[in-house]
This record gives sequence, structure tokens and C-alpha cells, in this order.
Amino acid sequence: MDATTWVAKRTKPNWLARLFDYKPFLIALCLAPALGLLLVFLTYPLGLGIYLAFTDTEIGGNGSWVGLENFIALADDPIFINSIWNTMFYTFTATVGKFVLGLWLALLLNQHIPFKSVLRAIILLPYIVPTVLSAIAFWWIYDPQFSIISYVLVDQLHILDHYIDFLGTPWAARWSLIVANIWRGIPFVAITLLAGLQTISPSLYEAALLDGASPWQQFRHITSPLLMPILAIVMTFSVLFTFTDFQLVYAITRGGPLNATHLMATLAFQRGIPGAQLGEGAAIAVAMIPFLIFATLFSYYALGRRKWQQGSSDE
Amino acid sequence: MDRLTRRETIAIGAGGLTAAGLIGQPAHAAIPVANVPMPKQPIEAGATLRVIRPTKFVDPDETIWNENTAKFTKATGVPVRTDFVGWEDIRAQVAVAARTGAGPDIVAGWANDPHLYEDKILDMTELAEYLGKKYGGWGALPLVYGRKHGTNKWLSIPMGCGGGALVYRKSWVNQAGYDKPPNDMDKFLDLCRKLHKNNHPVGWALGNSQGDGNGTATWLLWAFGAYQVDDAGKVAINSRETLAALKYSAEFYKTMIPGTLSWLDPSNNKAFIAEEISMTSNGVSIYFVLKNDPKTAAIAADTEHARLPGAKGTDYPEAANTLNAMAFKHTKYPNAAKEYLRFMMEAEQYDPWLTKCLGYWAHPLLAFDQSDCWKIDPKILPYRDAQKMTHWDGYKGPISSAAAAATAEYVLVQMVASAASGQSTPADAAKEAERRLARIYRKA
Repeated sequence: MDATTWVAKRTKPNWLARLFDYKPFLIALCLAPALGLLLVFLTYPLGLGIYLAFTDTEIGGNGSWVGLENFIALADDPIFINSIWNTMFYTFTATVGKFVLGLWLALLLNQHIPFKSVLRAIILLPYIVPTVLSAIAFWWIYDPQFSIISYVLVDQLHILDHYIDFLGTPWAARWSLIVANIWRGIPFVAITLLAGLQTISPSLYEAALLDGASPWQQFRHITSPLLMPILAIVMTFSVLFTFTDFQLVYAITRGGPLNATHLMATLAFQRGIPGAQLGEGAAIAVAMIPFLIFATLFSYYALGRRKWQQGSSDE
Repeated sequence: MDRLTRRETIAIGAGGLTAAGLIGQPAHAAIPVANVPMPKQPIEAGATLRVIRPTKFVDPDETIWNENTAKFTKATGVPVRTDFVGWEDIRAQVAVAARTGAGPDIVAGWANDPHLYEDKILDMTELAEYLGKKYGGWGALPLVYGRKHGTNKWLSIPMGCGGGALVYRKSWVNQAGYDKPPNDMDKFLDLCRKLHKNNHPVGWALGNSQGDGNGTATWLLWAFGAYQVDDAGKVAINSRETLAALKYSAEFYKTMIPGTLSWLDPSNNKAFIAEEISMTSNGVSIYFVLKNDPKTAAIAADTEHARLPGAKGTDYPEAANTLNAMAFKHTKYPNAAKEYLRFMMEAEQYDPWLTKCLGYWAHPLLAFDQSDCWKIDPKILPYRDAQKMTHWDGYKGPISSAAAAATAEYVLVQMVASAASGQSTPADAAKEAERRLARIYRKA
């Protein structure tokens, strides 16, 4: 055998190598970890929650299937109805506040200002602090005896003659919580919208300048349509986060005074765990799902219309 | 600190002995003990135990607990791991353990927890009767929380009771013309009015606060003889007694510092320590915070404790918590679990724990009335008697998941708060509470 006739001896691949070359197997193998995680940590708890909502399970007992009984009982529970209104009001007001202020902040940060990157980092702080910590900070700020706001207004500036009761009356408590939520939510909105603003090509603004467009016209015809896609996504996320908020309310008021600030999430927890009525708590949590789906679809489809995004008008 | 080496165990044991030596004699010497045969609970071979209990109040609560546990491991060879869990997380963790049949073997939970898991926990009758006979009997409150309602069957071993006595500033009460707070409710209101007039308002939590808020409401109701359900569990809140209590609350509220409607559990502590209020009800924690900080030692010296007013003889209207230990049926080592609880409750272990915790957990077994714990500081004496309280969560009905739900939903606090603040009339507030209780108790 000389060099010209030498042929590489092909070893037949063993069964393992062949198995890994088999595409369907490879696909299944690569998907398995992700699917497994989703099933164990998402699908199973969600499914269990939905199942529990149709049972009369209590903590320590197994419960039996009761169909829609939990929902029927909730329908004439004024505290539950009240919590729906609170949640919608809270979500709507806080979202509007976060977007108006967040967009404004994003526009400001998009200008050429000194220490731009330092400022942007500082802006993110409220979002970085764990929610529970900021909730406790706000709890002190709103304290009837030790509020820094009351202290400044009453003891330092002598503008008021009594301490403000932030959390003692229903409307004051609701607005106080909304302010806390807006404070916490602004950075997320501002930074993501800022990212969106920076994807808009400067040449568009230059062209607009040459055509003599005013700043408002620039905002109306360039910034807002081109920002709309990212706005829709941010809005969807923000609505979801706000609608399911729990920590702020639970740490600051526990749903008080007199249940005036109970959100569906806090009521679900209160009934389900400390109140031992797992089935009823689950039913309240499940009742949030239709609202969440509606809110998601609304912000996605209403704000994310494709044609509009691409600059042409709706048909 | 759950896994101690042998050397560390010995060191801790020696430290304990030295500490006991400081007060002249072994700490448990004074506890009168009856000679009762121990229950036969042979420990299973290869047993290990996992225990869950609430996080410490004060450091010794955890360190002495762990020392006692290490002593148990040394004496029996059974390794024990104790997890200290946030107060409000206990119920969620126990619920998971009960549902899945895995996790801790023993849970030292809150007063009504064992009653929610009745089917899933071991019968403690033999052990509880042994402890009762040996240590002068159980107090009234542990008798309620330890046994199934209306029976002699023990579900749990109550380990400590946390009272909510009156905490007040002596000089300000004296200044208002009273030697000490009177037991009579009308005179007590007069005292509160005078304190308020002297710019020393009182303060009781009326917000959605689990301990103090519920405590405020039940005290006012029980002092007037009102109760949420009768002994069969039938809703009985809309009564003459409740209306009287609510009318009283409205007057009482006027003597309070503004803002109590949003007070949570720590609020009255903060306000008392900042000298904003002259009187409240609380566990012993306010006093110890004051006493242990040199800056507030003067306030501590002026702080006194007393039973809440409105008692009729030995019928006290005060709510008290109980640390209530149960062992799950799913444990593989039921005898080891019971032995562990017995060991922790015996005077050799229990008395140092009680004494070093400075009265945070009052003893459930009456013989410990004689403990040195109650000789250290006469000011904490009112907390000694937490186990003699006669009312419970969901009084006077069975302790059930419905009673737990009524507490968790703040039904009574909100009734008192709405009537006290004038947001609704006493009659409307009572009717609303009746509606909510009927809803909660509909299945019971």
C-alpha cells in the first residue's frame, strides 16, 4: 500500500454520536431544561392556583370541588368589589403618572446636559432599591407621628399647625400609595423610553428643522410615532407590574384604613394565607387574570398598531 | 448554628453554668416539682428532627433555645436543626409542610395554628398531662390553646405566652390625679381625658395590625362582655354589649394621639419611646428597648406596667399570644419529636430560657410563677400572668379556621376603628361586622 492509494479508514459512528446527530432528539434535548423550568415553576403553580380557586380548600385541609361557589360568594362581597375598583384606580392613575413624568424625564435626559451618564445612573436608583425597603422608607415618610414632610411643614416652616394624617383617611391613603408607586416606577419608564428615543435617527430632526418645524411639531410627528412601539411594550409591562402590586400596599397600610387601599393581590394573600381560606384567596387571584389579559391586549393592540408605527396613517 | 461540634457544645454548656452561677444557685432550683413518672417515649433509632419556630424577640431567645437543643442532641444523639422563620411567614411555611407531608417535624407556631391542622398532627395528651402534673398545672390560656375545643384532647404543647399589658408613664398618670390606672372603665376614660388635657395623649393601634390592632379591639369588646360568636360558633357580635363598647371607643378615641387609624404593630412602640404618648398596651418589648438604651433609661424608670382595665375578678379582657408547638403525623420519629418537646419544657432547660428572655415568653406551666425570672425586675410582673388570661382568638367559639380568618380580616379592629373615628355609627359598625362574620362563619 503506497501513499497514493491510502484511503482514510472511516470509523462507523457509534450509537451515541448518531443519536446526537438525530435532529428531533437534539431539539427535544435542548428544549427540555427550559420547558422543565416553565412547567415546574410556572405552569404547575398557575394550574394549581386555578384549581384551588374552584375548591373550598382551607389551610390544613384538602378541600373539595365546589365549582363557581367561591366566585359567586365573592360577587356579593363589598370588600372584594371595592378591591377591584381600588386596583383599577391604582393601576390607571399610577400608570398615567409614571408615563407623563417618565416621558418628560426621558426627553430631558435625551438633551445634551452635563454629567449625563451620572444623572442617568442616579435616576435608576429608586428602581434598584428593593421594593420592601422603599416601602418601609415611605411608611416612615407617611407616619402620623414621625413624618419628615409633616416635620418640615409644621416644625420648620410653620406652614401647617398639625401633622398630616397621610394614611388615616381613605383618599389620603390611596393617593399616598399612588405617589409611592409612581416614584418607584418612573425610572423603569424613563430609562426604557430614553433607549427608544436614542434609536430615532437625528437626520429626521435635521430635516424637520430645515422644514421649519416647531419643537412641538417635531415631538408630535417624529418622536411620538417612532416611540410608540417601545411605549406599547413598556406600557404593557408597567400595567402588569402595577396591577399585581403587593409589597408597597402590604408594607405601608396592610390594606387599611378600613380596607380602603386593599388591592386584589393583597386581599388574595390576606384571605388565603393569614385567613387560612386558600380556595377563596386563589379565587381572588384568578379573578385578576381576565383584567390582566384585557390590559395586555389593550396596550399591545391599541398602542402598537403596525401601520402607525411605520409612519403611515390608519386606514 | 445548627450543627455544633462537640467542643462547642461543651463550651456553651459551661457558659450556661457560669451564667447560672452568677445568681447564686442553679436557675431552676426554686421551681416546685411533683414526682410524676415520665411518659414512655423510646426514641427511634437513627432519628433526626427539624424544627421551625418564629425568629427571636431578644438574642437569648435564640441562643438559649439552641443551647438547650444542643443539650438534647448530646443527651440523646438525635441531631436537631432549628430554623428561625419571620413571624408572618410561619403560617405559609407550615401550610406547605402540612399539604406536602414534608419539611419540619415540629413547628412552634402561633396560638391557633395547631387547631387548623388538627387532622395532621400528633396527639399530645399524654405529654401535656405529664407536664401539667409535674409543674403545678397549665394556665387558663394554654388550656384553651393546647386542647381541642370542649375536649380533653391535647393538640399541642404551649411553650410560652406573650401578654399585652398596659404600659404607662407613672409621672404623667400621677399628674392626672391617679396613683395607678384604675380597673373601672369609666374611671379609666376619665384618666385618659385628663392625660389628653395635659398634652399627654394615649395611643392604641386601630390600623390593620395583626397583634396590637386586634388586641385593642378585643380588649374593648371583652371588657364590656361582648364576643364575636357564642360557644357553638354562632355569630353574636351585634349585641347590646358591643354597642356599649363601641360608644365607649368613640369617647376613648378622642383622648388618643392623631393617626392611630393607620398604626401598625411597631407604631405604638415608636410613639411611646419618643414620649409622644403616655399610655398604650403592648408586650414587654417597649420597656426593654427603653431600659437597654442608656439614652432612654430615664423614660424606663418612669414606665410602669399593669393589667388592662375592665377585668371582672379573674376574668381578664386582655388578648395574649401563645407560642404553640405541634408535631406532624408525617414525621418518621414521633417519639423523638415528643421527647424533644418534653426536654425543652423541663425546668432544667425551660427556666434558663424563660429567665434569659426576660419575660418575653411567660411560662404556660404555673410552677414557673416561682422562677427567678420574675424576681429580677418587679416592673415586669404583669407579664408573668399572661397564661392566666381567659379570652382567646375567636372567643367564645371554637378555635377554627373561621376564627383565624376573622382575625386576619381585621373584622373587629375595623368595626371598632370605624365607630371610634365616627366614620360610621356604632349600630352600623356592629351590623357590618355581623355581616362579615356571618360570611366567614358560614361554613363552620
